[in-house]
Amino acid sequence: MQGYLSLWDQYGEKMLSAFWGNLQLTFWAALASLVLGTILALMRISPVPSFRAFGTAYVNIFRNTPLTIIMAFGVLVLFGVFQVQFNSDFDLNFFQIAILGLSIYHAAFVCEAIRSGVNTVPLGQAEAARAIGLSFLPAAWLVILPQAFRGAIAPLGNVLIALIKNTTVAVAGSVTEISGVMKEMLEIRSDVGILIFFTIAVLFVIVVIPVGVLTTYLSKKLAVAR
Amino acid sequence: MKVSESVLFDAPGPKARRNVLIVNIIGVILALALVYYLYAVMNEAGQLAPEKWVVFGKGSIWENYLLPGLLNTLKAAAVAIVTSMLFGFIFGIGRLSTNKVINWISSIVVEFFRAVPVLLMMIFLWIILARSGLVPPADSPFVAVVVGLTLYNGSVVAELIRSGVFGLPKGQREAGTAIGLTRGQSLRSIEIPQALIAMLPALIGQFVVILKDSALGYIINYNELLFNAKLIGTGNSNVLQAIVVAAVIFILINFALSKLAEVVSRRLSSRGISAAEPEDPAVPVMVADVNTKLPGGSTT
Repeated sequence: MQGYLSLWDQYGEKMLSAFWGNLQLTFWAALASLVLGTILALMRISPVPSFRAFGTAYVNIFRNTPLTIIMAFGVLVLFGVFQVQFNSDFDLNFFQIAILGLSIYHAAFVCEAIRSGVNTVPLGQAEAARAIGLSFLPAAWLVILPQAFRGAIAPLGNVLIALIKNTTVAVAGSVTEISGVMKEMLEIRSDVGILIFFTIAVLFVIVVIPVGVLTTYLSKKLAVAR
Repeated sequence: MKVSESVLFDAPGPKARRNVLIVNIIGVILALALVYYLYAVMNEAGQLAPEKWVVFGKGSIWENYLLPGLLNTLKAAAVAIVTSMLFGFIFGIGRLSTNKVINWISSIVVEFFRAVPVLLMMIFLWIILARSGLVPPADSPFVAVVVGLTLYNGSVVAELIRSGVFGLPKGQREAGTAIGLTRGQSLRSIEIPQALIAMLPALIGQFVVILKDSALGYIINYNELLFNAKLIGTGNSNVLQAIVVAAVIFILINFALSKLAEVVSRRLSSRGISAAEPEDPAVPVMVADVNTKLPGGSTT
């Protein structure tokens, strides 16, 4: 126990700041993948065949690729081969490449979540939108999507939870985050290994469980009464 | 055409058809422009040079790197599938148990392992197992991958079993009770067999997750497909090509599995069994109350 407490003195701050990095990754990737996923969902429900084909291909490719590969691609290829520099700051550059990778991967799941939300919208809504003279984009934007989002809260919440946990994979993209710090801690202090693991696991539980409870609550509260 | 695809537009008239055609052509042009842009960037960086690609036509690359890597990926995934099923059964039944203590323990275990990133479990097991000498250091990455995958995916399977049993008509259990079965007997011989069939598509979807997550082994030095692909890449200075080949192999296998899940789901619904809520592959359902079905049903 004494050893564990001394570990906090040594690593407490580093651990929390690394976890803060995970939360920042979550925030930016959630925002970007929500935008990208919505665009993809619009493409997949649009009447234009080439847009539909693109959306379908995107989802099938990125949903079936391991995130680890995307992260490794970011650091080994985007940075290693093409010298992509989003930022002159070395660490920040990897951080932004990781956000890009997380967003591209999770956008496929956001797209599918929104599509499942569109499935909850009754046909009559689209017919009514057409009856008052709205064409595809206005109908989608003003009538279908607002209802679809409310119907998609539960699956979107699941994507968010997966994203929070998947930010740990950013370690494969050379980002300083919690799983890398945990590895370092375990290597020097394997005597209190179990405590280290549980400490960091609890950090995730504290974030993930409320998000799950909140999205379940919201999905019921905001569900369109039919 | 599925509802989602037809909900937003009518059968188009002549004017709408023309508009769709115009936008469609623009879309095709944009797609071609994207392809050309990627081509130009790769060409400029010399990534399309034949010598970077021809190595993948050589038997030795496949024999020494790709196939052993793929084999290790499949080995970890296959073992993890079996052990997660076992884990899922034990804790799924535990969560259905009327015994409060068993129920509580199972719930805590399942909720905990679903909330913790798989990678954390893998890194922890990898280092601790190697240090403690419980397994030979050379085997610790493999064991860590399998156990990590089992704890997480087993918990998801446990939830699947629970929601599968909850999704059954109440009459099934009542019928079991009526013919004098105990709760456990009725679960084992009446409810779980039916739940299993209904959850089959979701289960196959979970296999995709297991296969994808086995690539996390790359981070803990398990010599799976991606790990070996990186070795090829650094050896032949064609990292891009090696990673692309590994990704294509993963995509093909996972795509085939996803299609299988769809076929099974359709087969079941044509037999009048509504499939248990299939999860998005890779996105775990993390809803506190399993009785709230995801709106919209199947998302695959």
